[in-house]
Amino acid sequence: MFEILEKKSLNPTVTLMKINAPRVAKKAEPGQFIILRTDSEGERIPLTIADYDRSAGTVTIIFQIVGGTTEKLNHMNEGDCLHDFVGPLGRATETEGLKKVAVVGGGVGCAIAYPVAKKLHELGVEVHSIVGFRNKDLVILENEFRNASSKFVLMSDDGTAGEKGLVTDALKKLIDSGEKYDRVITIGPLIMMKFVCRLTKEYEIPTVASMNPIMIDGTGMCGGCRLTVGGETKFACVDGPEFDGHLIDFDEAMARGASYREFERKAHEDACNLFKEVK
Amino acid sequence: MPNMSLVKNEMPVQAPDVRNKNFSEVALGYTEEQAIDEAKRCLNCKNKPCVTGCPVQIDIPAFIAKVAEGDFEEAYKIITKSSSLPAVCGRVCPQETQCESKCVRGKKGEPVAIGRLERYVADRHNALAETAVEKPVPNGHKVAVIGSGPSGLACAGDLAKKGYDVTVFEALHLAGGVLSYGIPEFRLPKTIVQKEIEGLKALGVTIETNTVVGKTVSIDELMKYEGFESVFIGSGAGLPRFMKIPGENLNGVYSANEFLTRINLMKAYKPDSATPINAGTKAVIVGGGNVAMDAARCAKRLGADVTIVYRRTENELPARAEEVEHAKEEGINFRFLTNPTEITATEKGWVKGVICQQMELSEPDASGRAKPVPVKDAYFEIEADCVIMSIGTSPNPLIKSTTDGLDTQKWGGIIADENGLTSREGVYAGGDAVTGAATVILAMGAGKKAAAAIDEYIQNK
Ligand SMILES: Cc1cc2nc3c(=O)[nH]c(=O)nc-3n(C[C@H](O)[C@H](O)[C@H](O)COP(=O)(O)OP(=O)(O)OC[C@H]3O[C@@H](n4cnc5c(N)ncnc54)[C@H](O)[C@@H]3O)c2cc1C
Ligand SMILES: Cc1cc2nc3c(=O)[nH]c(=O)nc-3n(C[C@H](O)[C@H](O)[C@H](O)COP(=O)(O)OP(=O)(O)OC[C@H]3O[C@@H](n4cnc5c(N)ncnc54)[C@H](O)[C@@H]3O)c2cc1C
Ligand code: SF4
Ligand code: FES
Repeated sequence: MFEILEKKSLNPTVTLMKINAPRVAKKAEPGQFIILRTDSEGERIPLTIADYDRSAGTVTIIFQIVGGTTEKLNHMNEGDCLHDFVGPLGRATETEGLKKVAVVGGGVGCAIAYPVAKKLHELGVEVHSIVGFRNKDLVILENEFRNASSKFVLMSDDGTAGEKGLVTDALKKLIDSGEKYDRVITIGPLIMMKFVCRLTKEYEIPTVASMNPIMIDGTGMCGGCRLTVGGETKFACVDGPEFDGHLIDFDEAMARGASYREFERKAHEDACNLFKEVK
Repeated sequence: MPNMSLVKNEMPVQAPDVRNKNFSEVALGYTEEQAIDEAKRCLNCKNKPCVTGCPVQIDIPAFIAKVAEGDFEEAYKIITKSSSLPAVCGRVCPQETQCESKCVRGKKGEPVAIGRLERYVADRHNALAETAVEKPVPNGHKVAVIGSGPSGLACAGDLAKKGYDVTVFEALHLAGGVLSYGIPEFRLPKTIVQKEIEGLKALGVTIETNTVVGKTVSIDELMKYEGFESVFIGSGAGLPRFMKIPGENLNGVYSANEFLTRINLMKAYKPDSATPINAGTKAVIVGGGNVAMDAARCAKRLGADVTIVYRRTENELPARAEEVEHAKEEGINFRFLTNPTEITATEKGWVKGVICQQMELSEPDASGRAKPVPVKDAYFEIEADCVIMSIGTSPNPLIKSTTDGLDTQKWGGIIADENGLTSREGVYAGGDAVTGAATVILAMGAGKKAAAAIDEYIQNK
């Protein structure tokens, strides 16, 4: 059913796949996501729609190998079929009225940020992309970002790619140099988004953060993806995944994200061992 | 000569201290002798009071008479004239407030065990070797059914039997609705649900899982571009409510839906499941309905010490009597007149306990129901590392918000007439999506009624 038509390794831990999913491709918009299962006993995991082709009926996903399910997914190949693939879920990124936007991505969050940058660029919005990685081996989608941005800043923690430093340093520099953004869109690790939002709050720039809590159904049925925004409980899968970054309770989100850490560590080890045995 | 015993034949069950450690079915079902003996308790009343208590009017004395004769297939045929899911309803229907509450034998002693007999007949039929079903002659009309819970399955089945080309669209990866993701294996084995679904497929029904109507495709698109002449909405009431008290988003706090979905749909109770679950060592379940009992009994089976807190008294518990009885036998604690006001946290952001306020019952109000009112300054804390909120659900707003001109109640229920017709021509609805959380049999009945109405609508178009 949901055949993997193309598989490409972007770096040692990040993989791109193009999936045959005509119904999803027909309705997909940037900012939305899908939920997949690799096999009939698999876990449901959410991944952002990185790209889509309505006429070919394909949807592109980009994922980082972080645990058991992404490990299994990465062992699947062109011609294999995913057991389940449902979407598009969540709300699309709001683009109306925007003239100049800073897109701030970190790590694999860049895979989620890229389609947003691309869409804005296509709409004629001036896009400044600031992307950060731990080191040069982890850099993904550099050319794609360059093509979708009128300004592109690459940062790395150790200085092996682009400038040495954090994305918040780069963003601050741009703002201080006089760049006026109608909006900042940030996607990446929670801790990074928290500090981006703290910075833009000082400058009073409206900021949207894309949240990735643990999810199951993705339709509003379980409440597992809930988070607090402006003192109210929201479900990321239906009310989000993008929220006003100045209102999100990031500390709570970080605690919730760690709910199953021990289980995940073991599941990943098991998956790795399994594939070692197979080899 | 009827069997004049005052009590029902007892249902064989797994012993409480065995079953509270496994997920296999609790009730084991009658033997043939027990079934026939029980059937002989029926007096075959002329005015059939039991039938008036059945939401789908199964001809109860007629099927029971066949059981007494040992003609189980004939009994099955009689039941399936009115019900699409006998093996399910025989297990989960609240017979004590429906058919059995009206049974004349219940005036002195226990009523006839109608539910257990229904279950026996259905299981006996399902154990028979498959006979190839005859596919109905297609009539060339297409109908879409949204949701594969009991309402959707019943509607799809009846339409398929009339020759309609029916496609069921289901958001999850597995069909069955609450029967698959909510009600646990130990009350309703999933093989039974899957068997019903296989039966529909054999009739020619297409089931498209992984399709969220309103996201993947809209009702308007289905009707405009995909040739569906009519749509039945059986999307249930799956949106969980929370109490809005401090600490509700701590780690270790679940909605009952999430907890049960992880266990039933994702099989998290199996050691090799890819989906994690955390029932803790001390679990507190908030609520008193069937859903709360199911969550409590699951948590118990995962090894937790379980306490149900409920703000009224035992007399007001909305759960089926049998489920409460089973829960108690399995060692689940109940704290009545207890209302949580806050969930406390460990330093690491996990649940540490539940602060509760003591309640008392007021004088009954106009509706006759006594209200729980807080006792001033009477607070206490229950230690817990897992809290499961089971205080109700409401219909998901997704379909309403993506379907032009579909009217709903303020609380989200879709407005439909007694045949299921909504404010949109050709669009019907039924089950929990219309009534709010109710029962399997009412959802199934609504699906069947709508199927008849859809047939009439299309034939007269
Ligand atoms: C809306 C949304 C969009 C996302 N988009 C992308 C994307 O485009 N690319 C990408 O690489 N990752 C994305 N993620 C994160 C991705 O879902 C997780 O990395 C994945 O579930 C990990 O599964 P695992 O079994 O391999 O790892 P695990 O070992 O299970 O977990 C590793 C990490 O993933 C998180 N995680 C685990 N299970 C889930 C779950 N069911 N839902 C969400 N997070 C989970 C854990 O909190 C943990 O931090 C997205 C998450 C959300 C909610
Ligand atoms: C834990 C629990 C225990 C229960 N125990 C009992 C019991 O013992 N006895 C009893 O009689 N009743 C019981 N009930 C109630 C009973 O299960 C429900 O009343 C009944 O299932 C309602 O049927 P339905 O067809 O209306 O909807 P559901 O069974 O809720 O099914 C709706 C289906 O629609 C799907 N859906 C929703 N939105 C969309 C969409 N936009 N697109 C596609 N698909 C969609 C959902 O995923 C779901 O599969 C229980 C309920 C729960 C939760
Ligand atoms: S009321 Fe009881 S005794 Fe009378 S027909 Fe119904 S089941 Fe039999
Ligand atoms: S993932 Fe279940 S409600 Fe959002």
